[in-house]
Amino acid sequence: MTSVETGASVALTQLYLTMARIRAFEAKAMDLFAEKYIRGSVHPYTGEEAVAVGVCAALRPEDYITSTHRGHGHCIAKGLELRPMMAEITGRATGYCRGRGGSMHITAMRHGMLGADAIVAGSLAMAAGAAYGLQLQGKDAVVVAFFGDGGAQQGIFHEAANLAAVLDAPVIFVCENNQWAISTPISCAIRIENIADRAAGYGFPGEVVDGNDVLAVRDVAARAVERARRGEGPTLIEAKTYRITPHSAATPTDNRAPDELSYWRERDPIVRFGRELVEAGHASPERLEELDRQAGEEVEDAAEWALASPYPDAAAAEEDVYAPADWLTPGRLA
Amino acid sequence: MSAVATRELTMADALNEALREEMQRDPTIFVIGEDIARHGGLFRVTAGLLDEFGPRRVIDSPISEAAITGAGVGGALIGCRPVVELQISDFVSLAMDQLVNHGAKWRYMSGGQVSVPLVVRGPISNGIGMAAQHSQTLEAWFVHAPGLVVIMPSTAADAKGLLKSAIRDDNPVVFLEKRLLYSRKGEVPDGEHLVPIGVADVKREGRDVTIVAAGASVQLSLQAARQLAREGVEVEVVDPRTLKPLDIDAIAESVARTGRLVVVNEGARAGGFASEVVARTLDHVPLSDFKATPERVTAKDTPIPYATPLEREVLPSLEDVVSAVTRVMQD
Repeated sequence: MTSVETGASVALTQLYLTMARIRAFEAKAMDLFAEKYIRGSVHPYTGEEAVAVGVCAALRPEDYITSTHRGHGHCIAKGLELRPMMAEITGRATGYCRGRGGSMHITAMRHGMLGADAIVAGSLAMAAGAAYGLQLQGKDAVVVAFFGDGGAQQGIFHEAANLAAVLDAPVIFVCENNQWAISTPISCAIRIENIADRAAGYGFPGEVVDGNDVLAVRDVAARAVERARRGEGPTLIEAKTYRITPHSAATPTDNRAPDELSYWRERDPIVRFGRELVEAGHASPERLEELDRQAGEEVEDAAEWALASPYPDAAAAEEDVYAPADWLTPGRLA
Repeated sequence: MSAVATRELTMADALNEALREEMQRDPTIFVIGEDIARHGGLFRVTAGLLDEFGPRRVIDSPISEAAITGAGVGGALIGCRPVVELQISDFVSLAMDQLVNHGAKWRYMSGGQVSVPLVVRGPISNGIGMAAQHSQTLEAWFVHAPGLVVIMPSTAADAKGLLKSAIRDDNPVVFLEKRLLYSRKGEVPDGEHLVPIGVADVKREGRDVTIVAAGASVQLSLQAARQLAREGVEVEVVDPRTLKPLDIDAIAESVARTGRLVVVNEGARAGGFASEVVARTLDHVPLSDFKATPERVTAKDTPIPYATPLEREVLPSLEDVVSAVTRVMQD
């Protein structure tokens, strides 16, 4: 039975539920990959849930995000529905992108999801330009660009951060430092302790946050969002976290030390937040179990709905290469 | 013929008018690029725009071709119509991921949820000793990327009318301008002047040979046509103006009539746009209608060299075009 919850408790348990949804969604996606319902790959967000949920808790529905190949968590945190998400990654016509994008390319404009990008750090300049364009149109929406520690080593990171700075673009760069780029540890990739320190080189704030602490992430994101809305420009947030599953379904080997994995499993952001909720009296252990169960049921429903959905008609393969135009007549393009 | 009043403008001034008129009618347009605001662009295409539209819409960017192209894509996604200037079109190599992996694909990957009304424009700077990294003619790269529109005007009027259409189009457009044509004057119609995307223009009529050429190759081809006319060979010069979409109907109609095809193109030969035009024409014109094997007049497959005799050797010349036409006439 549910206990009577206060407003604050409802908001907090909602964060827990969203994290649980992401956890359940990724577990199901890995199962569906193993069962060959999903092609290509799945890059689970497992262990990093507090980052997306904390950041998106600081956003309004009209704000935008961009995401990465490891993007399901960002989508769910931004409010995308599980059914069309699952349909997209199982390649169905009812998916958000009608089966064109798949797991690495979910876009949902009506939820402010500008798109997931499978080019590492590829969306950072797009996010800066979108943010600038929103400001130019007199809107006070902001854009969050999620990327990883690997992306911080791409040239476009530097260009996009600097351009965003000189434009005072209302964009928040959220670097999810999960410490590994597939099999390469961050110690092989950078010579500084904190990626956030690079923000100083662009003239905007950089903040390090415990990426496994959803409320700490929410608070640091809220400050960055307010700064952006005031027209004061970008912030770089580095959320230290860890993926507790292998890089992807298609690359299941994991060369990370067992000790390191168990260290981070003990710091599981969902378990930790659940414990905090119980200790602070916001939820009972039974309530959390109920939320876990609810998340699991929603994901099962989404998977059933997706698998019952039709595949796209093959004739649709040539649609939407171009937006409607007078010149768009057959035979002109190839 | 109804008399449309015209003025003589350089191609640079015609492009400038197009930007100015479009920015006046649509406040979502912003222009971004290197040295485009205070300096007005290295070739003056954006001159005066800063004064009229202010620094929020006319932006001197850092030297970051990838980021300004990516920012253009992002601005387009949320309802702006950005125009990105690449100071020299060769620099697109730095921005190809943003242009091709993002701009060209975002609509398709999203299942049609978004459109990307973006223009990326810049000069082709060959023929003046700028050497290998400032002199490439790369339209084949863009034609090969599904999702892009590719435009290459040859006259001031076409440049103005096509840039206006490009800005209004809901797709990402690569707009290639020939630097040597910027100062070339031409008659531009007064008032609203739009040239539709995907419609070729016959720049000279002729019964014997069809030359397909765009951009600067049009002038070269017209020069060859005038010379050949003195020898009694009547060359038709078809300027597709838009390389993608390609007005294959106009090309096929002409070739079916003349039975002879020469494609003139300043890009490298292998995998080049000239090869594409020949192949596409063969899709539409029966082999039996050809009186001669189609010819391609292209740049040689080398980087563009610096010294005058070397660059002249590599780029298509008047003699190359005349020779190719002479060969197809002898077949």
